[in-house]
Amino acid sequence: MTAVTIRNLDVVFGGNVAQSLQLLDKGKTRQEIIDDTGDVVGVHDASIEVQQGEICVLMGLSGSGKSSLLRAVNSLNPISRGELLVRDGDQMVDMASCDATTLRHMRTHRVSMVFQKFALMPWLSVLDNVAFGLEMQGLGKTERRAQAMEKLEMVGLAEWKDKYPHELSGGMQQRVGLARAFAMDSDILLMDEPFSALDPLIRSQLQDELIELQQRLNKTILFVSHDLDEALKIGTNIAIMESARIIQHGKPEDIVLNPATAYVEDFVAHTNPLNVLRGRSLMTDISQLEQLDQMLVLNRNENTCVSTNDAGQVVAASRQGQPLPLHHWNEGDEVDALPEDTLVMATPEISMRDAIGIRYRTGQPVLLNESDSLVGVLSDKDFYHALLGKHFSASAA
Amino acid sequence: MESFVDWLTFNAAGFFDAISVSLEWVILSMVEIFQWFPPFVPMALTAAIAWALHRSIPLVIFVVAALLLILNLGYWQEMLETFVLVLTATALSIMFGIPIGILAAHKPWLYTVLRPILDLMQTIPTFVYLIPTLVLFGLGVVPGLISTIIFAIAAPIRLTYLGISKVPEELIEAGKAFGATPFKLLYKVELPAAMPNIMAGITQCIMLSLSMVVIAALVGADGLGKPVIRALNTVNISQGFEAGLAIVLVAIILDRICKKPGSSQEG
Repeated sequence: MTAVTIRNLDVVFGGNVAQSLQLLDKGKTRQEIIDDTGDVVGVHDASIEVQQGEICVLMGLSGSGKSSLLRAVNSLNPISRGELLVRDGDQMVDMASCDATTLRHMRTHRVSMVFQKFALMPWLSVLDNVAFGLEMQGLGKTERRAQAMEKLEMVGLAEWKDKYPHELSGGMQQRVGLARAFAMDSDILLMDEPFSALDPLIRSQLQDELIELQQRLNKTILFVSHDLDEALKIGTNIAIMESARIIQHGKPEDIVLNPATAYVEDFVAHTNPLNVLRGRSLMTDISQLEQLDQMLVLNRNENTCVSTNDAGQVVAASRQGQPLPLHHWNEGDEVDALPEDTLVMATPEISMRDAIGIRYRTGQPVLLNESDSLVGVLSDKDFYHALLGKHFSASAA
Repeated sequence: MESFVDWLTFNAAGFFDAISVSLEWVILSMVEIFQWFPPFVPMALTAAIAWALHRSIPLVIFVVAALLLILNLGYWQEMLETFVLVLTATALSIMFGIPIGILAAHKPWLYTVLRPILDLMQTIPTFVYLIPTLVLFGLGVVPGLISTIIFAIAAPIRLTYLGISKVPEELIEAGKAFGATPFKLLYKVELPAAMPNIMAGITQCIMLSLSMVVIAALVGADGLGKPVIRALNTVNISQGFEAGLAIVLVAIILDRICKKPGSSQEG
């Protein structure tokens, strides 16, 4: 089910919107439009669908229009042209054309927001800050404080409820911001670089907490970030923006494997692939393996071979003539508990980090099975290839 | 200009008289109420307010000592009259000044229009507008009050404007994003955020009102200004000093009490 649908959306700031839109249609650049009309194009021709329960990350450098697009979703920014539909129960509301009452209903019940600089009210206690949105919903004091308290406990700040925002560290303040947004009980959360102002350790901790909360509460999250590592870590989908346009939209792994432009490639080149890439995109396919006496050779130097039956199942493995034990590994199993000198079989969805861990632990290549039949092998060559970033330049060439 | 004032006096005399009479009644009855109490009641009240706001024993001692001194000098009634005048002028300035300041912050064109007027109101010698107010409202406390308001109202307008236009954009955005109506945005976000500035505006307004006391006395307003004028006319140095001292003491008391606890910001 889609939560947010954006079609051909333009956001233009300034006083000559109609004229600027015409210029945009003629293919003028942002700078030309600023020179001609003084208007700033925030977003141009953005189309994107966000499914319920997904974390969609809008990624780009500053000035790329990612925040402008995010702010259009709750109509903080004007929608100059195009459609922006947000789910309200069984229907979709067009934020571009809805009246003030509907807009307020959407803001108080459907879409809430977390800000980069926290935007907590300095004169309200932590508890009342969390209750701020509930107050806007029109809830009475006791009721909203009770609900706010619940959310404050959820982010682990219950004993700080009577403090004021300035008495809290940045990480804590943003937890209050999160609690305030969660307190609204809205299905859609907009997050505008919520962790950018925090130091790296706290940032990663809050990312983990966000992922955990999202899994528990199943919210739809639109998340703005300028950090591809963050986007890859938390995003179900990533939309990359450059000068007001969405230039690539896809799953994290797609973006790392197939960057659409040099701009995206630049981003990707500076990321850590360990958490993103999966076995399937790294492996050597079995069709490329050497065959010897009806056995597949995994490592010629050590003479490591496996034999498969007609269904493609691995039935036996040997190294230098000695049989090697086989072991099935499932995601979540302890890598360090694996016996050494074992051939491990895992799914092609295994993360690169786990696969390297297994290879390091067992000293053997990793076999990838799909519905019990062998599809590929991960050996050192595949790992080095990915670590050196050759996986996408090779396919791009 | 002259014909305009004549036209006003002629055509709107009833209106100005009504304002004059009702304001005078308010002020005189407030003075009477205060006077009905023996002096130590307002004294204790002021001390209690000082204690409640600042929890500072030296301040309370100072307030009591200063008020006792005024009582001893024989200016108790004048002090009350001055106090009521300042209070009324400040209340009216706040009543009009803060809404105007809020409006100006939201409508930039209004502030563009307002700014030269405010400058004019504060720089023009006060005697100049004392004359038309005298003509319109007659002799007594009301023209003094009106002149005081004209002089003092600029402070709350300016500082409210400043406070509201300085509210961080992200707080406004947060208010909107959580579905605040324009009224709630003003009431729950902008005003609380601007409160320190608005309070500074009010304190300043009180001080400016007090500084008009002597001038207001020229057109017949009662209060501590009267003995100063009398001393001036009779070249009575000691009386002038005593009355002047009383004004200074009232000013210090009001300033210390109004100042936000813990802030060193000048009021």
